[in-house]
Amino acid sequence: MGYEPQADFGTPEVTGGPDVTLTVDGRAVTVPAGTSVMRAAALSGGAIPKLCASDNLAAFGSCRLCLVEIDGLRGTPASCTTPVAQGMAVHTQTPRLEKLRRGVMELYISDHPLDCLTCSANNDCELQDAAAQVGLRDVRYGYAGENHLDAMADVSNPYFDFDPSKCIACSRCVRACEEVQGTFALTIDGRGFASKVSAGQASDDFLASECVSCGACVQACPTATLNEKAVTAIGKPERAVVTTCAYCGVGCTFRAELKGEQLVRMVPWKDGKANHGHSCVKGRFAWGYANHQDRILAPMIRETIDQPWREVSWDEALRYTADRLNAIKAQYGARALGGITSSRCTNEEAYLVQKLVRAGFGSNNVDTCARVCHSPTGYGLKTTFGTSAGTQDFDSVMDADVIMVIGANPTDAHPVFASQMKRRLRQGAKMIVIDPRRIDLVRSPHVQAQHHLALQPGTNVAVLTAMAHVIVTEALADEDFVRERCDWDEYQDWARFVADARHSPEVLEAVTRVPAAELRAAARLFATGGNGAIYYGLGVTEHSQGSSTVMAIANLAMVTGNVGRRGVGVNPLRGQNNVQGSCDMGSFPHELSGYRHISDASTRALFEADWGVALDPEPGLRIPNMLDAAVEGSFRALYVQGEDILQSDPNTHHVAAGLAAMDLVIVHDLFLNETANYAHVFLPGSTFLEKNGTFTNAERRIQLVRKVMEPANGFEDWEVTQKVAKAMGLDWDYAHPAEIMAEIARLTPSFAGVSHERLDREGSLQWPVNEAHPDGSPIMHVDGFVRGKGRFVVTDYVPTDEKTGPRFPLLLTTGRILSQYNVGAQTRRTDNVVWHEEDVLEIHPTDAENRGIVTGDLVRLASRTGETTLRALVTDRVAPGVVYTTFHHPGTQANVVTTEFSDWATNCPEYKVTAVQVSLSNGPSEWQERYAEQAAHSRRIEAEPAE
Amino acid sequence: MSQVVYMANQIARNFAAQGEAAAVAQTAQHIREFWDPRMIAAILAVDPEVLSDTARAAVRQLTPDP
Repeated sequence: MGYEPQADFGTPEVTGGPDVTLTVDGRAVTVPAGTSVMRAAALSGGAIPKLCASDNLAAFGSCRLCLVEIDGLRGTPASCTTPVAQGMAVHTQTPRLEKLRRGVMELYISDHPLDCLTCSANNDCELQDAAAQVGLRDVRYGYAGENHLDAMADVSNPYFDFDPSKCIACSRCVRACEEVQGTFALTIDGRGFASKVSAGQASDDFLASECVSCGACVQACPTATLNEKAVTAIGKPERAVVTTCAYCGVGCTFRAELKGEQLVRMVPWKDGKANHGHSCVKGRFAWGYANHQDRILAPMIRETIDQPWREVSWDEALRYTADRLNAIKAQYGARALGGITSSRCTNEEAYLVQKLVRAGFGSNNVDTCARVCHSPTGYGLKTTFGTSAGTQDFDSVMDADVIMVIGANPTDAHPVFASQMKRRLRQGAKMIVIDPRRIDLVRSPHVQAQHHLALQPGTNVAVLTAMAHVIVTEALADEDFVRERCDWDEYQDWARFVADARHSPEVLEAVTRVPAAELRAAARLFATGGNGAIYYGLGVTEHSQGSSTVMAIANLAMVTGNVGRRGVGVNPLRGQNNVQGSCDMGSFPHELSGYRHISDASTRALFEADWGVALDPEPGLRIPNMLDAAVEGSFRALYVQGEDILQSDPNTHHVAAGLAAMDLVIVHDLFLNETANYAHVFLPGSTFLEKNGTFTNAERRIQLVRKVMEPANGFEDWEVTQKVAKAMGLDWDYAHPAEIMAEIARLTPSFAGVSHERLDREGSLQWPVNEAHPDGSPIMHVDGFVRGKGRFVVTDYVPTDEKTGPRFPLLLTTGRILSQYNVGAQTRRTDNVVWHEEDVLEIHPTDAENRGIVTGDLVRLASRTGETTLRALVTDRVAPGVVYTTFHHPGTQANVVTTEFSDWATNCPEYKVTAVQVSLSNGPSEWQERYAEQAAHSRRIEAEPAE
Repeated sequence: MSQVVYMANQIARNFAAQGEAAAVAQTAQHIREFWDPRMIAAILAVDPEVLSDTARAAVRQLTPDP
């Protein structure tokens, strides 16, 4: 598409009211009751001048530019705050209105610098548009009076500037911060002519304030007061392409706005079903990594990992790769080879990698990064409900009465959905937070959780069983729902189990450290408070009982009747953008696409007929098993697309040992990541801006990823995988990812109705999309569970084997921060580092004082597995006995410390519980120094191609 | 203790609340569904004494990949 601003109807859409018909300048228009006159006029095809109105904000009525005349009404009401009425006759263009509007515009312009030709918003400015609309030709007041033209600009934020000289005090930025983002960082300071936008206290600039740089204020600003630095530097965009964000599992859609081939800005797409025109600092601004100098654009190979890299042609790299893969297969057998698909890549790319492993390598040794995040979700929800996915769409939260957040920190990890959740909380929904840390949702502006169960890490199952105990023993269960929808016998077994006195909150308090009365109150609220919705994250799954916790959550939803309609459900908040999709695509070693077991002969036969090869009927190795097998010598070659297992997976020493033991490691990525230190082949990858395909977000929503620019490395990632396959002798000939999706749809019942053409036409589809659900499935299990009867599973609390003791008395739990993403490969290469330039260790004041630690001290973090050093942040966000850090920086590598304990069912690592000791340090650990040296050595690239 | 032994015992322990007979059957089924053949071969090769009672009974139900 060319460049046109996104349509703005002035006030939010109203739904559900009876139809009302009115005329606007003689044009008849029918809208729902409650709609504003301004919106009705816009829908009728006429635009009323406006400055303070925007259709993602509540009407404000301050700019006095949108005045109209209405037959039978006196005066000139503001159209934004006037609701429509049946038979109303509205006039938007009259001599009286023209005079009034011109007068208002004169006042605005008298305090506005007339530097339009050099202004960054020139020709993209609503004030300019409004002046043109009202026919402003003169300003009677002159420019000699008091004004704000000398106000200093605030350039502290790395992505946008605030120039108060251009501010018209419309409050759109303040209202966007409140209504859209829910942070309340901005305010109007002063009164009357002294009114000015302020970020926090008068002494704060934007960077020092509570602003989270979501960009909502920038998007809302009608002038150049808040404008992207990139627009200032590059100029107004000329064209726009709608695509899907490649950061978290919310799956925001954006307009990539370009000037020529240069990306100017990413603007959230108002029609996006997941984000409704909102964004966070990562998706909105942190795309600079795409052109970072560290990006590798040429293929490289080396015989051994102690050699420098050698740049080669694509042909040579592919030939070398295929020859070595084929040789290893010939010598050690198919099961010596495997691959890892990426949750950062498209569905089509994940599908091709697993196809390459199964059909080309001949093994089922394919896994994905969901192994280390949401694999327990797959196991737990398939076991209880019958489908390995969440039950709701995001909008469902707006019908929730009680929201329970367990082991998730949405304001940091899923910020756009968190804003929607906070909107619902401000409307009055109740909140229960179950988390060892006092996350922002416990208490932040206009949000206050009713209950915060600050449990001991590792005791999720005990807490949820105790809640179930309260619900069952206090007769709060929804037995009608259970009798109708679930297996009654299994329910009775489960109910007897949880009702046992040993599962009471009072008994389990010794384990969970959650006061029994608080837990009882939370359970009662969830069972009786109306629609109860559960949202959870990696604080649930990354435990030795991750799968049990997911099943305990499902039990809790079923016993309270909170499944199968809007406002309820079980909602895993997926970490990476395409975790759901990569799992859907058959990335697990025991499953083909659509979660069908590899041992099922009829499913296997479908694929064998389509692919023309026989498939191994036995499950393959999971990532940790691959590493074990590599050390033991039976696993020899690995193709890793878009993941960095050395940094992201637990016990870095063991990962390194596994990788080092392999004969061939192929890394297909944007950068020489940490895993590439152990690689023999590097295949340059493409960014999400450079490819076509689809992502599937946490609500099972499949959305198109559209190529915005040509791949700097020459090829989209699916093309590279196809080239490897062809070099190995496979007869693949896909011309476009649409053809890959056609194959996926052909072979996967839940995707039967999905095609790129349909996605382009309809915007998105939520699987299953098939004969039974031709338009997709925003809510699942509506008329019954996918598996038939919902299954209650007895989930006994089994303590982790990771124990604290005198040597390691504290519990470490790890997580994420708003400005960084996963291993940081992308966000560390953007200006987001101004908010988080290193991982820090949060430690409670009591624990810090006992060790003589103050904020900023370098501390040694040691476990039974390893040790690292990082800086301390003393804070009561963590409970006594608990410390917390992130894993975004390879210099720290928190996973040197984490253990290999993992979920019993899926081997998802127990990142959230590691016994550690913290002490003052005077420098990097020996491991850090050694690793830095080895990484630098490994990343050497020969200056000239070898003969 | 090898990794597969730890894993088998851990799976059995998490099924224990289902009752012994069900736990044995489900442990065996779980291993069949999710383990690579070389892992099954490895667990079949270990000294059964290092396994818990439930895991040992479950492993007895497994057969090596032909």
